[in-house]
Amino acid sequence: MAEIFQFDFMIRAFIAGIAVAVIAPLIGLFLVVRRYSLMSDTLAHISLLGVTIGFLTNISPLLMAVLLASCSAFGMEKLRSHKKFSGDAILSLFLSGSLALAVIMISFIRGLNVNLLSFLFGSISTVSVNDLYFIVSLCLLVLATITGFYKELFLVSLDEELAAANGIKIKTFNLTLIILAAISVSLSIKIVGALLIGALMTIPVMTAIQFRCSFRETLLLSILFSLLSVVSGLFLSYYLGWASGGTIVIVALLIFLLSLVAEKIR
Amino acid sequence: MPIESHPNCIAVENVSFAYNKHSVLEDISFYVKSGEYLGIIGPNGGGKTTLVKILLGLYKPRSGTVTIFGQAIKNSGQRALIGYVPQRVSQNISTFPATVEEIVKSGRTARIGLLKRFSQNDKTAVEKAMETADVARFKTHLIGELSGGEQQRAYIARALAGEPKILVLDEPSVGVDIAAQEKFYTLIENLNKTHGLTIIFVSHDVDVIAHEVRCLLCLNKNLVYHGQPKKFIKDEYLEKLYGKKVKFILHGH
Repeated sequence: MAEIFQFDFMIRAFIAGIAVAVIAPLIGLFLVVRRYSLMSDTLAHISLLGVTIGFLTNISPLLMAVLLASCSAFGMEKLRSHKKFSGDAILSLFLSGSLALAVIMISFIRGLNVNLLSFLFGSISTVSVNDLYFIVSLCLLVLATITGFYKELFLVSLDEELAAANGIKIKTFNLTLIILAAISVSLSIKIVGALLIGALMTIPVMTAIQFRCSFRETLLLSILFSLLSVVSGLFLSYYLGWASGGTIVIVALLIFLLSLVAEKIR
Repeated sequence: MPIESHPNCIAVENVSFAYNKHSVLEDISFYVKSGEYLGIIGPNGGGKTTLVKILLGLYKPRSGTVTIFGQAIKNSGQRALIGYVPQRVSQNISTFPATVEEIVKSGRTARIGLLKRFSQNDKTAVEKAMETADVARFKTHLIGELSGGEQQRAYIARALAGEPKILVLDEPSVGVDIAAQEKFYTLIENLNKTHGLTIIFVSHDVDVIAHEVRCLLCLNKNLVYHGQPKKFIKDEYLEKLYGKKVKFILHGH
């Protein structure tokens, strides 16, 4: 048991994993209740483009991912507020657009960089000390923002029109939420990978919703399930030699299936 | 002048509104006195919901002014004086993981202000609102587990939690069975008479509303009628607006 923590990279992986495990479902719940779950996948593909640009320009890939995803989040929210296009069409536009650009840019990088693959599927062994500082401080920022504006974010997610009638600045809070989502997604890609981050933001939330609790309890439960998935997923991936991202998501899925069975029995 | 003693709680003066070039409201003027129970009716597309959104400050009129207790609706202080119960509660409400208490508490969000937490005062207001709308016994239930009528009462409690002076209800009885509707109208009547709330009730259901409200306003792009419901029925306005069949149904009661 102690053997796993003899490696610095595993300790870093656990700390980063736990930080991401807390914020992913926190943002995820707000996206799921607004039927905006696909947002995380779109942001993940945009982050991937950011990572690619980072490699090409020699600027921190993680920083580029956060910046690009946040800027795109702003663009998507602007387009959505014009009400010319539906939300899912805008997501699809950004998802395929960023992936297309990423694919072209990847071909500029000579040979297929191993590091780049690690962003696609997640690779815990590549979390550097600098990455760790970056991830933990931004996770704290996300946590503080959600806690500070919890009642406003709840109301805007419940009903935008009611929120506006109460004088809540819905544009500001929608933008806040989507930028927090962009940050969370970009930070999570080292742990679970761009292709699987959507799962970490939605599966623990879906599990928690099964228990038919209040919004606040659903939030706490989904964080609990996410932590359980990430921590046990990291252990399993270390001892079995499986890919970390895939293992974490499979554990999250198993917990979801168990909750389905538990609900049936109840 | 203190808010409560202002003679007109709502003053709408020469208000016009258009969606792009499509005119929806033309030169509407009326006053609502404190403690009034006003029904707004009119055919579909007559501008009822648009007028509500203007009253709530969600839409800005193309011309004209709206004041609440003598002041424009710009600041959140004026907005807090109006409680709003929407046409249909959010579409995704059946799966929304929130309890009745959480929904009712959300009616207090704007009053509390940014970065501040619920005080004892806020909690008391929420409890009182749930008692008044008779949803206190459901407070730990998920909103989606309630019947249509109960959900509507929960949304009334939500509006009451903000301790408004005016309650605006936009077609609130859509999709609710007759028994629940009776209870609903009794609650509104009680809020008006006992709690002294000014009520603005928008409905397409001419028949029901004409028997409930004390003052009626009929909209069809222009202000067609403003006065007692009885006179409205007697004076054959209905026939002009809806055709002969409606008149028949109404008089059959």
